[in-house]
Amino acid sequence: MRATFVASEVGGGLRRNLTMTLAVMITVAVSLGLFGASLLVRAQVGTMKDFWYDKVEVSIFLCGKGSDTPSCSGGEVTSDQRDQIKADLEALRPLVEDIYYESKEEAFKRFKEQFKNSPIVNNVSQNALPESFRVKLSDPTKYDVVASAFSGRPGVDQVNDQRVILDKFFRLLGGLQLIALLIAIVMLIVTVLLIVNTMRVAAFSRRRETSIMRLVGASNFYIQLPFLLEAAIAAGVGGLFAIVALVLMKGILIDQVLAPSFQFTAFVGWDAVAVIAPIVLLTGVVLAGLAAFITLRKYLRV
Amino acid sequence: MILFDSVTKLYASQTRPALDDVSLEIEKGEFIFLVGPSGSGKSTFLRLVLREERPTSGQVWVLGKELNRLSNWKIPAMRRQIGTVFQDFRLLPNKTVFENVAFALEVIGKPSSQIKRVVPEVLEVVGLEGKEQRRPDELSGGEQQRVAIARAFVNRPLLLIADEPTGNLDPGTSIGIMKLLDRINKLGTTVVMSTHDAQIVDQMRRRVIELEGGHLVRDQSRGVYGYAR
Repeated sequence: MRATFVASEVGGGLRRNLTMTLAVMITVAVSLGLFGASLLVRAQVGTMKDFWYDKVEVSIFLCGKGSDTPSCSGGEVTSDQRDQIKADLEALRPLVEDIYYESKEEAFKRFKEQFKNSPIVNNVSQNALPESFRVKLSDPTKYDVVASAFSGRPGVDQVNDQRVILDKFFRLLGGLQLIALLIAIVMLIVTVLLIVNTMRVAAFSRRRETSIMRLVGASNFYIQLPFLLEAAIAAGVGGLFAIVALVLMKGILIDQVLAPSFQFTAFVGWDAVAVIAPIVLLTGVVLAGLAAFITLRKYLRV
Repeated sequence: MILFDSVTKLYASQTRPALDDVSLEIEKGEFIFLVGPSGSGKSTFLRLVLREERPTSGQVWVLGKELNRLSNWKIPAMRRQIGTVFQDFRLLPNKTVFENVAFALEVIGKPSSQIKRVVPEVLEVVGLEGKEQRRPDELSGGEQQRVAIARAFVNRPLLLIADEPTGNLDPGTSIGIMKLLDRINKLGTTVVMSTHDAQIVDQMRRRVIELEGGHLVRDQSRGVYGYAR
């Protein structure tokens, strides 16, 4: 193996095929950038789930005077019913992590606090807001257990899971991620096709060299190595650009633009970028190498 | 050195075989002329020896190995023991004489110290000393063919395959090339040369193998180009 010879072959090949090399670099950069972005959104959804699921509660609203659900036909909840609900919630430990009883007065106070800038406060009387149990689950996905135990039971008006609202939001983000991923996959396919074509042109433009190499007994590995390295280098450079784009996404879009405007939620940290960057680079290089290898097997036969 | 045992080669697109049941043996150190009209199977014969093609039936033995049973990854090692020269020289136009010959060593991973030592030696053997830095387009046809022969011989192959090496050269230049091939043969390399050049064959008086329509029609030691002459 002569490293200098291979290096000069690779350098010459990249220069000779400069426009194609640039095209490969750009498509690799764009497709891997999208791929990385979709992974970043995924990490963001994960971060937000961790952040929010930790805070969500299941609310069990108890019957008030005006409640008209069938389970409230007995009128306002009785203190027996309330005690029984509390006892049953206690029995659900350890799934039920925390139980907090919110009386009508507290509900009204919280409501006033939340909507202090809105005229709606003046239209709501203290008795209009229901009393409730706020329950925090150790595993927020097991909401069903609580719902089936309490909904429809006499004295219980409604069982609400805050997670349902969050899930709608997460589904939206998940949809965005899926779209980014689909575009990334299409772009990656385009990239692979482009690499296949580039390799075909490269193999054709150097058919003199390769035919002589075959005749004097150069091994397949030696004949193909410069082509493979060219593809891998082009893809690697494109991958580096994609990583730069990811860093900018995190450093500017997330940290400078989104984070200050949406302070109530958590955003992905640099650790996610550190995980995604090598995945993106490796995907690009391996995919390019594989595409080149398969093409060359066809065009540089023994 | 080379043994053909009832070799038939039928190309997929043709109905008549390019080689039809050819059996022959070539010993180490021989100088062989392979003659016959165009399309008689000379090129197919040489391609089979180089394992660029596989026979449809029969066995081809080269350098003690049956090529059908030789796995793909062993072919390069086999080809390193075979030098090849073509009518169209097949030099790399953007490399100098020295680089063209060195290329054959570089691509099989020989160290540059060895290349610097061996290439001038072989250029002297072919009579191109002093022209190391020329490019192929600055050389005459005969000189270009000498570069090609130097490249084929630089590995000191056991077998040299020459496919009409004088086909593009004038008679005077051809004689020089033949003397060079004769010298290489005397250094111990078996030479198999296909040709249309009757004058050369008649002068050299070496073993002649004649193909016609894919059949072996003549195998004569110290032969001439054709019966008619």
